[in-house]
Amino acid sequence: MKNRIAGRLERVPPSGIRKYFDLIISMEGVISLGVGEPDFATPWHITEAAIHTLEQGYTMYTSNSGMLELRQELARYLKNSFGLDYNPNTELLITNGVSEGLDLAMRAILDPGDEVIMSDPAYVAYPASVMLADCVPVQVPTDCRNDFKLSAPDVEARITGRTKAILIGYPANPTGATMTMAELAQIADVARRRNLLVISDEIYSLLVYDTPPACFACLPGMQERTILLGGFSKAYAMTGWRIGYAAGSPEIIAAMTKIHQYTALSSPIMGQMAAIEALRSGEPEARRMIEEYDRRRRVILKGMNDIGLDCFEPRGAFYVFPSIRSTGLSSEDFAERLLMEEKVAVVHGTAFGPSGEGHIRCCYATSMENIEEALARMARFVQRHRA
Amino acid sequence: MKQILEILENDARATPERISTMTGIPLAEVKKVISEAEKNHTIVKYKAMINWHRAGDEQVWAVIEVRIQPQRNVGFDAIAERIYRFPEVRSAYLVSGTYDLAVFVAGRTMQDVASFVSQRLAPIEGVQGTTTHFLLKRYKEDGEIMEAKEENKRLPLTM
Repeated sequence: MKNRIAGRLERVPPSGIRKYFDLIISMEGVISLGVGEPDFATPWHITEAAIHTLEQGYTMYTSNSGMLELRQELARYLKNSFGLDYNPNTELLITNGVSEGLDLAMRAILDPGDEVIMSDPAYVAYPASVMLADCVPVQVPTDCRNDFKLSAPDVEARITGRTKAILIGYPANPTGATMTMAELAQIADVARRRNLLVISDEIYSLLVYDTPPACFACLPGMQERTILLGGFSKAYAMTGWRIGYAAGSPEIIAAMTKIHQYTALSSPIMGQMAAIEALRSGEPEARRMIEEYDRRRRVILKGMNDIGLDCFEPRGAFYVFPSIRSTGLSSEDFAERLLMEEKVAVVHGTAFGPSGEGHIRCCYATSMENIEEALARMARFVQRHRA
Repeated sequence: MKQILEILENDARATPERISTMTGIPLAEVKKVISEAEKNHTIVKYKAMINWHRAGDEQVWAVIEVRIQPQRNVGFDAIAERIYRFPEVRSAYLVSGTYDLAVFVAGRTMQDVASFVSQRLAPIEGVQGTTTHFLLKRYKEDGEIMEAKEENKRLPLTM
């Protein structure tokens, strides 16, 4: 039988991040800066609360939208943190991480052939989620001269009759870039004038350093046209629990819930229980982890610049995205040879789009010892390969 | 100041240069804070935490509850000092409750510890009684879990 696999899947490339996975697994002594998650385990009080609910027999499905108690806590959090009013009954949906939220958002708002504008480089799932909805990702190149921020005029220049939405994700994976409310307001202005929806992935919103968290939906007139995606994975070190949320207008949340109820039914109850505990009393532990990331960020940033890999200062997430142009290597060659010669795993910038060429993504969610050892190995490597 | 001390408390090997990078506090100020803290005994000592069980050189430890008769003007402090000055006493705390001092004692053998208690500690004037609990296993000490570091559970590459 020919054409077993749907054509649109053929067009979606496999994630470039997985390229060296098997190789790394088979090597001894590799320091990996290639991860995309915290190195901390979930704070114990959160895990313990989840264990307690399991002991109580909470092992069933929840409401499709997620537990009302969690949605109420979430509504309170969004109100207290950003002054946003969301009705927990109609404007919030609990998802299996932001990953599912992104997919639901795309499928809820896009018809085949629609276009979504996003940055390049971008998190690997951004273009993929659009393509899986049989639509077209339109990527706007960004670069280190502008600290990888999305420029409103560049976005506007790419709007066509098929453009349905702008997808933003700041603080950004892979660059660590952030955008201020004033900078986001320019994107909001384009969305308002050109009547576009905005999907704002704010999974890293609490992981910001020397800059306040920025919430796109807070901008005037934006709440009703924004799908806000957030979650617990990064700030509370809860990646494996798979709990995220979507906040938006009742119409869009209802549409997303319709897909979710048929495809996921509900998010895991133990994860939702853990998320309730995180929202109620997770703040001090989250704060402690953020302070630690900040210290590591400063060390790795200085280290990269010292060894000749120029790096703009990322103020969010837990990535640095230094330039490797001084070595004359392509980002893919750099990543492969660094792994083979010095056993340091990083992700080549082009895994996140063509504008990632000349850069590598290094995650500093690892111990200070690992960061210092990785920097020492990279210094040797750069010394050898300097063009 | 607090930030600098916290970093050192977690890793005494952190150099002033590294602390300066980690915190953004100028190097000269980091050095000044550390130097002052050393002088005024805010930083008491720099040392390594050893898991002697792993080193195969185990000592016998006991937690001793000590009940003492407080004295006019000095309360518990004078007797406490007579006790904590013994090198066998590794930690000593005044506590509330059914006894007064919690004293951690180390020795090479159980006999060493027992002799210390019966011949040195208990006879001190003002000591009204002791209860000795031999320590069986160390799970966590000073915020550190004693057994092997937890293995890495993360995949080496993720999105």
